[in-house]
Order: sequence, then structure tokens, then C-alpha cells
Amino acid sequence: MDHQEEAGLPLDGNAASGLLSELFALDVTVAEVTCDCCGAVTQVGETKVYGGIMGAIFRCAQCDSVVMRLVHTPVGLCLDMRGSRRLLAQPVAR
Amino acid sequence: MPETEASTSTHERLIWRVAEVAKIVDETPRVKSLVLDVPGWPGHRPGQHVDVRLTAEDGYQAQRTYSVASEPESTRLMLTVELIEEGEVSPYLTSDVRAGDKFELRGPIGGYFVWTVAIGGPLFLVAGGSGIAPLMSMLRYRAAVNSTIPALLLYSSRTFEDIIYREELDQMAARNGLTVAYTLTRHQPPAWSGGARRIDRSMLASVGPSAKARPKIFICGPTSLVESTAQSLLELGYERNFIKTERFGPTGA
Repeated sequence: MDHQEEAGLPLDGNAASGLLSELFALDVTVAEVTCDCCGAVTQVGETKVYGGIMGAIFRCAQCDSVVMRLVHTPVGLCLDMRGSRRLLAQPVAR
Repeated sequence: MPETEASTSTHERLIWRVAEVAKIVDETPRVKSLVLDVPGWPGHRPGQHVDVRLTAEDGYQAQRTYSVASEPESTRLMLTVELIEEGEVSPYLTSDVRAGDKFELRGPIGGYFVWTVAIGGPLFLVAGGSGIAPLMSMLRYRAAVNSTIPALLLYSSRTFEDIIYREELDQMAARNGLTVAYTLTRHQPPAWSGGARRIDRSMLASVGPSAKARPKIFICGPTSLVESTAQSLLELGYERNFIKTERFGPTGA
């Protein structure tokens, strides 16, 4: 499989797990994110991801609102959590 | 147990390791499997993937994510790569790479699209094209640990020649508890007894385990196949919490 050869189509949050692991110690693909727009609680691996390795926009699997952005910028790895109320992670195996 | 090994890596930072190509397997005209030696590999769980990084002589880097197709019990890591002509990475991995070549890889990553016997069954797998790769890791693992959890694979390919791992799948299916249902979307050989169209709701209803059995469902393939299959399964009464998806773009079956 070659996840990132195509542009424009969403992938799953799971596809951005390498990028997420550059910032988080826990496996965030199995963490629950609460959408600030519709209140849906889904696993990050279930969100729709645009982008992948250099940066990703995570959209709610239910209402498509942006819940998270994680991007390599010239000034550093930038996480923008506007759009999510809560991220709930379990200290379990990667 | 692989779970134990993986859990020790919880606080281990994900590092780039050097993978050496030990063997190249021609799977189909468009698909190759790379069998890799990765010193220090911490082990994976079935369904996880890796990031691959290629560095050109001028320092330019390209990165892609590939599912691991081998089972955790294997000492070597298998990645199965489909050629995407306009791609940056897959043409190298399917055409130029030779045994003994090295490239960088980090993983395992992603705990979301993972199945182990502890999760239970029945297992209902739906694959399109090279989306079979992470599901193959699950089936090879299931065979390696002699699991008797019932498993069904519905696998869509364009033609008979495009079916990846066909002989191995048929051998596994001849053993206890695995059913493999193929469908060919573009061309079918004479006397073909399998499906002859894209995966749709009626096909899922006729080959899939009963929704009442609460199967654990994993769907991997082109985005359109994954989304239509997930939607159909919800309409058929399967539980949303048990449907895991892995999309990878528009190509495949």
C-alpha cells in the first residue's frame, strides 16, 4: 500500500500515526477525540486525514469539522487543537 | 507474545532504522513484496504499518507509509508495494530496488487498525487491491498462532492475475476456519465461480457473517471501496464500533 501517492482524498487518522508519534509519547491513533462542533467522540484513527507525513489536518468522522492540525513548520512542529474539546488517551501499548 | 514485546516500546521514541532488502517477490505484474532485514526491529502487531524514507544523493527525501504484510512471528518484515506510475517512492520500490539495497524505515506505527486473538471474532476482512497487505498480516498471524477464530476474507481485484498472495490464501483457506471469497471487477477467467462485480451491499450480505455474530471488521483498499463498504455494512446492521477502516487512495480494484 502506498498511502500518500494520491492528493485530495482523505486517509484515516491511522495514516498520520508516524507524524503523531513525533509529538506524543502515547499512541494517539487509539485516543478519543471529542469534536467541538458536533460533540461526537471518535478514535483519532477514525478521523479523516488530509495530508500525512509533513503535516495533517484531522476532520471529524461524523461532521467533517476540523478537530486537529499537526504540521511541520519552519519554526517547529505545530499542533492546533481548536475544534476539539478533549483528547482522551490510554497509557497502553503502541 | 508479540503484544508484550510491543508494549515495552510504549515509551521508546520512534526511530529511523536501516532496512536491508533480503528478497524481492513478484506478486503480480504491478505488485512486489520486499522482504526486509531490520536490525533492532521491536516487533509489530497485525495491521500496523511503517513509514519508509528514501533519500536521494542531493539530500531530497520522500516518505511514504506502507502496511506490514508479514506476521509478527516472522523474523523478517514484508512490505507489499503496488506500482503507482506517477509516484515518487513506489516506482523505486517496485522497479529499481535490488536485494542488498538499504533504505530507512520507522515503526511499527498505528494501533487503531490492529487485530489480535484477544480482540476475538468472528473476523470479517474486506480488501481491495493492495489493501490486502495489512489483512494478510492478520491472516498469517492467525495461522501462525493456530487460531480457530472463524475468519472471512472478501477480496476485490481487477483481474485474476491481479490477485495478490492467491496461492497462499487458497492454502490457508484449505485449513480450518478461513473462507476466502474473491471478486474480479474487470475481467474474469472462463468458468470463474467467484464474484464478477465491485463489492456492494448485496455481495456483503450474501458472503459476510451474520451481523448478529458481531464480527470484528477490517476494511482496507481504495478510498471509494472503503467508504462504500463501511456505509453498506452500517446499513446491514453491523456495529460501527467494530468497523475499522484504512483508506489509501483511488487505485487498486
